Amino acid sequence: MLLRHTPKEIKERTAITINPAKTCQPIGAMYASLGIHGCLPHSHGSQGCCAYHRSTLTRHYKEPVMAATSSFTEGASVFGGQANLVQAINNIFTVYNPDIIAVHTTCLSETIGDDIPQIVAKAMTDGKIPDGKYVIHANTPSYAGSHVTGFGSMVKAMVDYFSENTAGKREVYNLIPGYVEPSDMEEVKRLANEMKIDSIMFPDTSGILNGPQTGRFEMFPEGGVSINDLKLTGDSAATIALGKLSSEPAARALDTKCKVPYKLLDIPIGFLATDRLIMAMQDLAGTTVPYSIELERGRMMDMITDMQQYLHGKRVALSADPDQLIPLVEFLISIGMDPVHIVTGTPGKKTEKRLRELTSGMKSEANIKVGANADLFLLHQWIKNDPVDLLIGNTYLKYIARDEDISMVRFGFPILDRVGHSYFPTVGYRGGMRLIEMILNALLDAKDRKSPDESFELVM
Amino acid sequence: MTNNKENINSAEVKKELLKQYPPKVARKRDKQIVLIKSKNEKTEEIQANVRTIPGIITQRGCCYAGCKGVVLGPTRDIVNLTHGPIGCGFYSWLTRRNQTMPDGPDDENYMTYCFSTDMQEEEIIFGGEKKLKKAIEEIHELLNPKAIGIFSTCPVGLIGDDVHAVAREMSEKTGINIFGFSCEGYKGVSQSSGHHIANNQLFKHIVGLDDTVKGSSKYRINLLGEYNIGGDAFELDRIFKALDIDLVSTFSGNSSYDQFANSHTADLNLVMCHRSINYLADMMKIKFGIPWFKINFIGAEATAKSLRKIGKYFGDADFRKKIEDFIKKEMEEVEKVRVEMEAKCRGRLAMIFVGGSRAHHYQELFKELGMETVGAGYEFAHRDDYEGRRVLPNIQADADSRNIEELTIEKDPGRYNPRITDEKMKMLESEGLTFSEYEGMMQEMTNGSWAIDDISQYETEKMIELYKPAVFCAGIKEKYIVQKMGIPMKQLHSYDYGGPYAGFNGAINFYREIDRMINTEIWKHIEAPWKKRPELHAKYVFAS
Ligand code: SF4
Ligand code: SF4
Repeated sequence: MLLRHTPKEIKERTAITINPAKTCQPIGAMYASLGIHGCLPHSHGSQGCCAYHRSTLTRHYKEPVMAATSSFTEGASVFGGQANLVQAINNIFTVYNPDIIAVHTTCLSETIGDDIPQIVAKAMTDGKIPDGKYVIHANTPSYAGSHVTGFGSMVKAMVDYFSENTAGKREVYNLIPGYVEPSDMEEVKRLANEMKIDSIMFPDTSGILNGPQTGRFEMFPEGGVSINDLKLTGDSAATIALGKLSSEPAARALDTKCKVPYKLLDIPIGFLATDRLIMAMQDLAGTTVPYSIELERGRMMDMITDMQQYLHGKRVALSADPDQLIPLVEFLISIGMDPVHIVTGTPGKKTEKRLRELTSGMKSEANIKVGANADLFLLHQWIKNDPVDLLIGNTYLKYIARDEDISMVRFGFPILDRVGHSYFPTVGYRGGMRLIEMILNALLDAKDRKSPDESFELVM
Repeated sequence: MTNNKENINSAEVKKELLKQYPPKVARKRDKQIVLIKSKNEKTEEIQANVRTIPGIITQRGCCYAGCKGVVLGPTRDIVNLTHGPIGCGFYSWLTRRNQTMPDGPDDENYMTYCFSTDMQEEEIIFGGEKKLKKAIEEIHELLNPKAIGIFSTCPVGLIGDDVHAVAREMSEKTGINIFGFSCEGYKGVSQSSGHHIANNQLFKHIVGLDDTVKGSSKYRINLLGEYNIGGDAFELDRIFKALDIDLVSTFSGNSSYDQFANSHTADLNLVMCHRSINYLADMMKIKFGIPWFKINFIGAEATAKSLRKIGKYFGDADFRKKIEDFIKKEMEEVEKVRVEMEAKCRGRLAMIFVGGSRAHHYQELFKELGMETVGAGYEFAHRDDYEGRRVLPNIQADADSRNIEELTIEKDPGRYNPRITDEKMKMLESEGLTFSEYEGMMQEMTNGSWAIDDISQYETEKMIELYKPAVFCAGIKEKYIVQKMGIPMKQLHSYDYGGPYAGFNGAINFYREIDRMINTEIWKHIEAPWKKRPELHAKYVFAS
C-alpha cells in the first residue's frame, strides 16, 4: 500500500495539512503572466520558489517555462529586496529583451514588506526600463488564497496596468478564460468565433504552453495577448469572465476603471455551463447561434443518451479548483452521476455554498470540505468509509486510485504523468464530449477488467 | 559523425557566452567559466558557490530544497513536516523520484505523504509556533511515527519561530525524536547550504543512537551521497549482496531512521556525491574514526574501480578474488552491449550541467560510449568539487557560507575506533588508495572542453548553438528548452523516469538509453516535408 498510514477513522484536524489539494499563489501568477505575449514572469523572493514553480509548470505542460527570480540571499531578506529587483530588471531587459516583465511576490518578499511599485519606480528613474517596455506586478503572498487567487491577482494586474479608455467603445468583447488549459482557452476563442464575436482573450497561454516542435527554441513564442490588445480591453463593449476566483477580480476592476460591464459565468464545463456561455454571447452580441454549435451540442447529447446507463448512479470522489469544481459537479449531476466526496484546498465560503446547493438534490448529502485542512488525506478517508466508482482530479489522486483500486480520470492541475490536457480541451460541448469519453473509458476499462468470465461483454 | 569541437576557437566561445551581459554580470560570469587546458598547462581556477545573479535565469533552487528535498527526502520513516505556507511542501512532494522499499507491508513509509502547517496570514503576524506544536500533536496522534523532522521555509526565520525549541518541547511531550532544520530558502546561495544543514542535524540527532552491531559480514560499509533515483540503490544492493558486503546505512537512498542511528558501527564510509554529504563523512571520521574515500558507481569501469578500492581496504585475498571474479562476470554482459552501442555513439559530443556530482560521474558513462563531454558544470557545487579537495585551504568563507553552522566535533570518548592503523592507512595511500580526498571533476576533462559553474539559460543556449552536442543533460526546467532546439535532452535529476543507471546493469541501461535518444529517427522528421521543396513548383495536373 502506498498510503498505508491513512486510517479509516476520521479525526478532526486543525493544524496539519496532509497531501494538500491546493498550492501557492505565485505559480498561478506565473502561469497567467505567460499568457501575455513577450512577457517574462519574475518571482521576487528567493530562487527556490521560482525553481519549484517552473519545474511544476514544466512537468504539467512539457514545454519550456521561462521565468526569472530576484535570488534573495540572507542579506536581502533582512534589508529588503530593492537592490535585487532593480538589478534583475536591468539584467532581464539587457539579456533576454522581453516586452514586459510581470513581477509577482513570494511569501518572503511579502513578509519583509517590499513595496514593488516603489522599487519599479526606482528602476524607472535609474533608467533600467527601456522605452516602450513595461514592468507590472501582483502581490501574491501564499499564506492567503491559493494558486487560483494568485492567477486572479495577476490577471487583475493586467487590467490595472494596461486597460484604458481611448477611442470610444468598440464592438469587441473581452474574454477572461480563468485558470484553464491553453487548449481550453483556444476552445473558448473558437466558440466566440463561431458566434461571430470579436474578442480579446486575456491571458491567453495557447501557443505558448502547447507550442509546436520546430527545431527552434523561441523564448517568447507566438501567442499570448498583446499589450496593445490589453490596452484596448478598456474600449470593449463588455467582458465575459469565466470563473469567480480566477476571473472576476479583473472583470470587476475593468468595470470600475473603464466602465466595461461584465458578466460572470462558470467555466463552461458540461453542457449546462456551456449553454449559459453561448446564451450570454448571444445576449451580448445579439448574434444567432449557428448550426455548427447546435451540431456540437447535439452530438454531445447523443453521446450522453447513448451511454447513460454506464454513467447513471456512479459514485464519484473529486478534488479540483473551485472554478472548475462547481461546473464539473453540476455536469456530473446532469449526466446522472453522484459526486459524493468533494474537496478543494482553495478557501472560499461561496464555493462551499454553491457546492452544497448543487448537490442538495442528491440521494444522500455529499461530503464537502473547502479551504483549511481540506486535503487528499481527508478525501481518502471518506472514500475508505464510503467507497466510490470513480476519482476525478490531479495526478496525486493516483495513489488513492491504486491503493483502493478505483478508476481515475485526470483533470485539473497538476497532471504530471499523462499528456493531452494542453492540446485537447475539456470546456465547451466538444470538451464535454472528451470528458465523457475519458469517464466512460475509465469506467468501462474497469468493468472489462473486473467482470467475471461469464458476463464479459463484447458490445457495450 | 561530425564533431563540432574541432572547428571551434575557444577564445571566441567565451566572448560569445558573455557578450550579451551587462559589464558587471560579464565580469562575474567570466570567473565561473573555465577552459580546460592540457595536462602540462595550468587550468585557471573556477569560481563557484557564489550568489546567483538576480534576473539571470538559473537552474538553482533553494536551501530548503537541498535539505528537505535532497538529503532527508529519500528516508521513508521520518515524517517530514514543512513549516511554512503550502507551496514549498507541495512542490517537494514526491517529485524527486527517490524509490524506497520498506521491509514489510506494515513498516513505516511516509514518502508518499506531504505534511505542511499551511501557514496563514495570522501565523505570519502572530507567529507560527502554536500551529506547529498543534500540527506535531496531530501527527503524533494520527500516525505515531518514530521521528519527525521540521523544515523551515523562508518566512519562518523572519517571523522568529524557534523550530528547535518547539522540537525539544514536543519531543519531551510525545516521547518521539523530533528535530528541526533551519533551512530557510534564502540561506546560502543554493541547495548546497541545505545539504550542510541536513548533515549537521542528522549527525546531531540520529547518528550514533544505536550501538548494536548488526549483520554477520566482515565487510560493513555505509554509502554516503546516494539517493536511489530510479532504483540505483537496488542495483547497488544486488552487487553488495553478491559480494557479501553489509550495507549498514545509506545516506539516504532507500534508507530508514534505524539505519542512520546505527551507521556509526560501519567500518568504512564510501562517498558517492561528495558535495551533498562530505560533512557527514568528515564528522563520522572525527567522532567515530570511520575512514572514508570517494567512490563512483556511475559507469561500469568506475563501478569496477570502486569495488576494487573496497577490496583493497578490507584487504584479504579471498575477498579481493571474489570481487575480481564478480567484475569479470558482470563485465561480459556489459561489454556486449557497450560495444554494440559505442559503434553507434562514438565521436559524438555530450554536455552535462547538473547537480553537485552527476556532471562529473556521468562523464564516465559517456566515455564508455566513446563520447566526449565538451561542457560540464554543477548547479550548486563548490570549488573542491571542480578542482579537488586540495584547494580547500584556499577557499575563503564568504558571508553566505558563514551563516551556515559548522559543528565542532570531537572524538567520542567511548566509541572512537580508528578501524585501521596509521601504518596500514599509509601503506594503502602509497598504493594509490587515498582517504578523505576527492580529485574533482576538472582534472578528468579533456583539453579544450569547458567547466561552467551555475550555467545560465542564456549560456545554455549559446553552448548548444556553438557545439550542437548530440545530447544535453540537465534538469526538468531545461528539458524542453533544449529539445525545442532539436537536441535530445536527458534529465539527470529524475533520469526522465527511467533508470537505474548505477552499477553494471545501470550502465547497460544508460548505453541503450543514449543510443535511443541520439539515434531515434523522429528528429529527422521535425521539419515538414513541404518546407524542403523549392518555393515555387509546377502544379500537378491530374490527367482527365
Ligand atoms: S515560500 Fe511561498 S511562494 Fe515560495 S514556494 Fe513556498 S508557499 Fe510558494
Ligand atoms: S519560500 Fe523559501 S523555502 Fe520555500 S521554496 Fe521558496 S525559497 Fe525555498
